Amino acid sequence: MRLKSLLPAAYILFLMLPIYWLVAMSFKTTNEILAGFSLFPQTWTLANYIEIFTDPTWYWGYINSIIYVTLNTVISVTVSLPAAYAFSRYTFVGDKHLFFWLLTNRMAPAAVFALPFFQLYSAVGLFDTHVAVALAHCLFNVPLAVWILEGFMSGVPKELDETAYVDGYSFPRFFVTIFLPAIKSGVGVAAFFCFMFSWVELLLAKTLTAVEAKPIAAVMTRTASSAGYELGLLAAAGTLTIIPGAIVIYFVRNYIAKGFALGRV
Amino acid sequence: MAQIKLSGLRHSYRPDPQGEADYALKKIDLTWEDGGAYALLGPSGCGKSTLLNIISGLLVPSEGKILFNDQDVTSLAPAKRNIAQVFQFPVIYDTMTVYDNLAFPLRNRGRDEDVVERRVTAIAEMLEVTEMLKTRASNLSPDNKQKISMGRGLVREDVNVVMFDEPLTVIDPHLKWKLRSKLKELHQRVRATMIYVTHDQTEALTFADQVVVMQDGEVVQIGTPVELFERPAHTFVGHFIGSPGMNVLPCEMKDGAAFFGGERVVLEGPAEVGGAAEIGIRPEFVSLSSNGTGIAARVRKVADIGRHKVVEAIVHDTRVHAILEGEAPNAGDAVRLDFKPSQTRLYKDGWLTSRPGEGTR
Amino acid sequence: MKTQYQRAWLFVTPVLLLVAFNALIPMMTVVNYSVQETFGDNLFFWQGLDWFEQVLRSERFHNALGRQFLFTFLILIIEVPLGVAIALAMPRKGFWVPVCLVTMALPMLIPWNVVGAMWNIFTLPDIGLLGYLMNHTLGIPYDMTQDPVAAWVTIIVMDVWHWTSLVVLLAYAGLVSIPYAYYQAAEIDAASNWAVFRYIQLPKMKTVLTIAILLRFMDSFNIYTEPFVLTGGGPGNSTTLLSIDLVKIALGQFDLGPAAAMSLIYFAITLLASWLFYTLMTKNDNKS
Repeated sequence: MRLKSLLPAAYILFLMLPIYWLVAMSFKTTNEILAGFSLFPQTWTLANYIEIFTDPTWYWGYINSIIYVTLNTVISVTVSLPAAYAFSRYTFVGDKHLFFWLLTNRMAPAAVFALPFFQLYSAVGLFDTHVAVALAHCLFNVPLAVWILEGFMSGVPKELDETAYVDGYSFPRFFVTIFLPAIKSGVGVAAFFCFMFSWVELLLAKTLTAVEAKPIAAVMTRTASSAGYELGLLAAAGTLTIIPGAIVIYFVRNYIAKGFALGRV
Repeated sequence: MAQIKLSGLRHSYRPDPQGEADYALKKIDLTWEDGGAYALLGPSGCGKSTLLNIISGLLVPSEGKILFNDQDVTSLAPAKRNIAQVFQFPVIYDTMTVYDNLAFPLRNRGRDEDVVERRVTAIAEMLEVTEMLKTRASNLSPDNKQKISMGRGLVREDVNVVMFDEPLTVIDPHLKWKLRSKLKELHQRVRATMIYVTHDQTEALTFADQVVVMQDGEVVQIGTPVELFERPAHTFVGHFIGSPGMNVLPCEMKDGAAFFGGERVVLEGPAEVGGAAEIGIRPEFVSLSSNGTGIAARVRKVADIGRHKVVEAIVHDTRVHAILEGEAPNAGDAVRLDFKPSQTRLYKDGWLTSRPGEGTR
Repeated sequence: MKTQYQRAWLFVTPVLLLVAFNALIPMMTVVNYSVQETFGDNLFFWQGLDWFEQVLRSERFHNALGRQFLFTFLILIIEVPLGVAIALAMPRKGFWVPVCLVTMALPMLIPWNVVGAMWNIFTLPDIGLLGYLMNHTLGIPYDMTQDPVAAWVTIIVMDVWHWTSLVVLLAYAGLVSIPYAYYQAAEIDAASNWAVFRYIQLPKMKTVLTIAILLRFMDSFNIYTEPFVLTGGGPGNSTTLLSIDLVKIALGQFDLGPAAAMSLIYFAITLLASWLFYTLMTKNDNKS
């Protein structure tokens, strides 16, 4: 039994090492980093963090990211709810093909879409806006949300719908007051995955923004390329990007295994 | 095959049980004779699955010993005990054929292929699944899956005991009786000790020669179905077995005689007196008196259930059931009830205290 | 049973419009480019299927495709067994379960370029933890900006670090859904640990593992940001995977025609391979 838990323990250690190194770096001074190797920060400094929180380019990067990620999560889940309901409850001409076509978009390499997206969103005047990134991320998040929600909805017996109609509920009222609460963990799981994939994506987010809506991840690449020695700053920015994910994952920890158990990601 | 003896068995799921309430099983001494067909009957949560898992070795008891033919097996692993168990939900190995499923316990024990083939063929024949042997087990219906799980239990020729843990839960009602009679037939053919755990009295009473009734982690009574029906050792058994269950009526004791509804009730024989006394009488032995004697009651409800009628009557505030054949009164009628003296028992603090004999006059 | 209801199309219209806007219009643009030549100023000339032929014949594409398949093959062969092994060894209940789930899921929620940057810092030869350990403590020369083998090992280890948890979580979800009675029955049947794995756990994990492999295949085949940030495709072209090459051609050299043709070929390969995988892994279910 003890021997058995060695493997997960070793794996978690392996996962934590690079993260530890990133966090340790973020508290070191530039001098210490350039001077050579040290396992722990010799002189703790908050300078890197202070710079991020005082420089608008940096902290606006965070705000921009959070704005478009939230926007995308809301849009993806909202439009996916009725669609998932249709797929789980009705058959209609072309439903299977439509469902499969949606899923193929999950397989599309983002690199394929980078340039056409740039042209498309410039043409409709949305370039460098939060909406552009939020809409672009719908490409892979909407199929995903439909897939997850459909799974949860299929688990709710159809009798629930019928009983509500017999009791005189209108469709919108039934959907909001009865059906949504019944699948709320599904909505949670779907929102979690939308948040996650929108938060971690960079290529499209970077392509579709210049100044106004520039995501934190893109701000970091600028630092990485222009000033190679600003490692401490880069590490601090990186550390800060881990926090939202960690918070979200903590809140949905009990739902994740369930969402996975449905066999839908 | 073996005689199984449980001695001083107790079990708690807590590491440090404080009082009696912490025990899922309270002090059990019990002997299962070799080749018997037993049922372990009780409501959910009474500890019967715990007891079963202790016998099979999936659980190690907190206290006490398990002896197979006087050999202590308390700390022996399930695979070493030579037992078989059939679970509530059919456990089959999805990717194997029916044949491989049945052969699995034998092959794991390194039996020769020709022995395996002989045993599997014989068992398949007994269970009437011969034509399915080549199909993948995942494609079977639930009742056939459960048959295969039973088959895996019976395939080893030398099992000490085969245990069934509510095996008919997921089976369609119209197939239940079929599987049940199959089991009974199997028991007569293989003569292995079988323990059948259930909360369904019909299943228990039709399968078993001896029924062990449990409640709250305690064995309340062990007996043949007839004994359980006629002389429940505890009011719980009276309630639990029979439909409707035994009438348990609070009574007053005066000068060694029992009074119910103001009338003196004749008991089957002498009884110990003291404590909370209750009269126990099966509805089957309650009749309507035609000569004006008996306990006055008012009929509240009459249910026609085919062969006979169940009459629910009220004596003061107490409900009394009677099962009548032929003519029955209507709801609202005033009647007088007669209790058959030889079937009228007295219970003290829940336990049977009257003995058959000359009725107390 | 589901009801036939054609008006259900109204329910899916928002999704349809949104995804069509994002998928069909860009896809048409790509198709458009792939059959034309341009010299800027919005002047286009019909080119037919020349670009496709050029891409399919070019050694550069063959090499990138070869590297891509090698990369995907290696990470699948490492991550899937490793993920299953970890899931098997994880506790089934108690305090450590949420701890494991949360810490293991963490790498998946880090922005992809941060993953690349983090590994860059981690592997710097003289000041990175791993780089320092290799070069100075263990004495193994290690510098992924110079040595293609080191670069390959690093991007593989990084992907294992980043995505093995996905396999773990999926396999774990499959494992915890197995009723306890199966293990009890196997114990009574005297099944060995291997038999329990082979005949109970593996069959029950099959669905989730199919999904895990499919997802890992698709995502690793489309991978761009992490290796781009970490190695930039180098040293030389040694870690230039398909997406990196595509972006180099499209945005770096602005060769729109070949880039578009390559995109379509790339997408087609992903779709075809995913479909093949899926059919192969589910074909046993339909037999019997």
